[in-house]
Amino acid sequence: MRKFWIVFSHTYLSRVKTKGYIISSAIFLLIICGIFYIPDIIERFTGDSEDPVVAVIDETENEQLYELLSSGAEDYQPVLFDGNEEEAKQAVENEEFEGLLVLSQSEQNLPQAVFYGMQLTNSTSDDMEAQLQQIKVAQAASQAGVDEATIQDIYTPVSFERQALDEEAKTEEELAGSYGLVYILVFALYMSVIIYGMMIATDITNEKSSRVMEILISSSSPVGQMFAKILAIGMMGLTQVALITAAVYVMVKIRGDELGGGFFDFIGIANASPVTLTFALIFFILGYFLYATICAGLGSVVSRMEDVQQLVSPVIFLVMGAFFLSIYGLSSPDSSIIVIASYIPFFTPMIMFLRIGMLGVPAWEIALSIAILVAAILLIAWFAAKVYRGGVLMYGKGGSFNQLKEAMKLSGNIKNKSK
Amino acid sequence: MLQLNDVTKKFGKHTAVDQLTLSIPEGEIFGFLGANGAGKTTTFRMILNLLENTEGEIFWQGKKITYAQSNEIGYLPEERGLYPKLTVKDQLVYLAKLRGMAKADSVKALKDWLERFNITEYENKKVEELSKGNQQKIQFISAVLHNPRLLILDEPFSGLDPVNVEMLKKAVIDLKQAGTSIIFSSHRMEHVEELCRFLCIMKHGRPVVEGDLTEIKRSFRKKNITISADYDLTFLKETPGVVKYQETQQGCKLQIASSEDAPVVWKLLTEKGFVSKFEVEEPTLNDIFIEKAGEAYA
Repeated sequence: MRKFWIVFSHTYLSRVKTKGYIISSAIFLLIICGIFYIPDIIERFTGDSEDPVVAVIDETENEQLYELLSSGAEDYQPVLFDGNEEEAKQAVENEEFEGLLVLSQSEQNLPQAVFYGMQLTNSTSDDMEAQLQQIKVAQAASQAGVDEATIQDIYTPVSFERQALDEEAKTEEELAGSYGLVYILVFALYMSVIIYGMMIATDITNEKSSRVMEILISSSSPVGQMFAKILAIGMMGLTQVALITAAVYVMVKIRGDELGGGFFDFIGIANASPVTLTFALIFFILGYFLYATICAGLGSVVSRMEDVQQLVSPVIFLVMGAFFLSIYGLSSPDSSIIVIASYIPFFTPMIMFLRIGMLGVPAWEIALSIAILVAAILLIAWFAAKVYRGGVLMYGKGGSFNQLKEAMKLSGNIKNKSK
Repeated sequence: MLQLNDVTKKFGKHTAVDQLTLSIPEGEIFGFLGANGAGKTTTFRMILNLLENTEGEIFWQGKKITYAQSNEIGYLPEERGLYPKLTVKDQLVYLAKLRGMAKADSVKALKDWLERFNITEYENKKVEELSKGNQQKIQFISAVLHNPRLLILDEPFSGLDPVNVEMLKKAVIDLKQAGTSIIFSSHRMEHVEELCRFLCIMKHGRPVVEGDLTEIKRSFRKKNITISADYDLTFLKETPGVVKYQETQQGCKLQIASSEDAPVVWKLLTEKGFVSKFEVEEPTLNDIFIEKAGEAYA
């Protein structure tokens, strides 16, 4: 057991001290700090600039449409243009105006307009269209003899409240909160499995290709070393997570009051229940162990760096599959595919967490899926240990899956006693 | 003492080591020889717990060998292996820790060894920056740093210049005198002859020669004769009792079936003319090895 911790601390420390780790952690922290200043940054960009000025040529009687438009104008500033259309267009091209709006009256005596801008993708024109639409409806209604109050009623949105009868169902606020959290966890799991899984596999292959492996495994049992490595690299990942959490905490302390509630609703953490957060941690850890163990087994059978990628790629595809399935699941968490997938161990960490986050899932379902997942991890660990013991002694070329079979065979020849 | 009793190792249908019984005495250098594929590395791996023996038992100091004893064992594998990106110090301290040595002790011991091999300036250099010969010295230190009682050296001198070979040889002899049991494997017979008192030659997983080197040489009936003469000696090829004939600059070298054949050759030569040199020698280990381990290996 002492040697287990020696391998653990060596792997952990030598990884944490690398430039790559320090730089990637620094980038994460910068991004976190950046997110907390997004509202300020947006304000910096939009706040200073004035509303865009739009030239208006009104061909209606007494320029009544312009009057209506300018009285209710928001986010843009209509200015009556003194001159003909050609001159106005020229002025737009000279960037004196954001655009040109030519207002006129249709045969039905309703407003109509043509907008000239440098580009068609122009949010100002959308604002004006919406406003003109309102004016048109009001005019058409008044022509038909409908009074103002009725029009107001028509425009008021219908009162529609959703109430779930299932006691475990999420409230709407909770759901909005979970959505962000589920997305963050699913993405974090996806990234960390790919990054750390690859890291474990290459670490092991590295020791093989530099042939230091034979010395290592003559000092202490190979299976103990494998688990020490998996744990060390997992701990390194958790260190990064802890750093990020600490950064978020500090930033909330510094910026929380200034930003107010709306910002946290956006990220979705404010409403997440502690239970959901606990499950996030559980599934993150279990998911990591599942994939890390597979990668360790695979990394042990190859002896050249070029072959690692090839052998690990099916695992990466599996993770990608789980990821895309959960993106789909975010919009329909109760579909039968998602329910079934939540019991398949390779998908459980992402999909079951998604269901827990988005729906009310009975406790026994959660317990069952975790039990299946843990059983799968133990099975894979046993299998990987068997492959590992044989694999580390194999120095063939190629990264085919036949190597796995060979490693198992060789492993049958290896001592079972470990101490 | 390391004791192997009827140790057999099978890979599927192939038998790599066949009923090997050996005892390797304490404080001696034991030569473990054999052609490529004779089962040497497999035997080492069984002693080191890397492979499970199919049959038989291995005892170290009277106890069955397990990972519990790995702290007492040092290993220099034929395929050299170190972490290329780690510094000499970090590397050696880590490997010594894995052999149960405390960090402070290992730092002190490694300084002594670096000094002994005149490479103190490399302590904080990465291994990949070192020359091959110096990497070899580091590899050697990694095998002996934790003061093993049993040391397995597989081709320890390959790739070294003669000065460094002498330096490492001296270190091996010193370790032996300090009481370490050493298993020494090499294809360089002159090194084995120089260092080992006991040896064993393996062929197809079985020992074909085993015992005290002087005994082995004495019991080997064939002798060598070196002859210098200024006339044609090729007629000796046909002489009964001559097993091998090899021409040299001054004359020829003969291998004869037994020492009784020497007077016969002498008589034939003196009938022919003047002989400037005639010397009957004990066989070299090389001769014995080639004879016993098979023609395939030269």
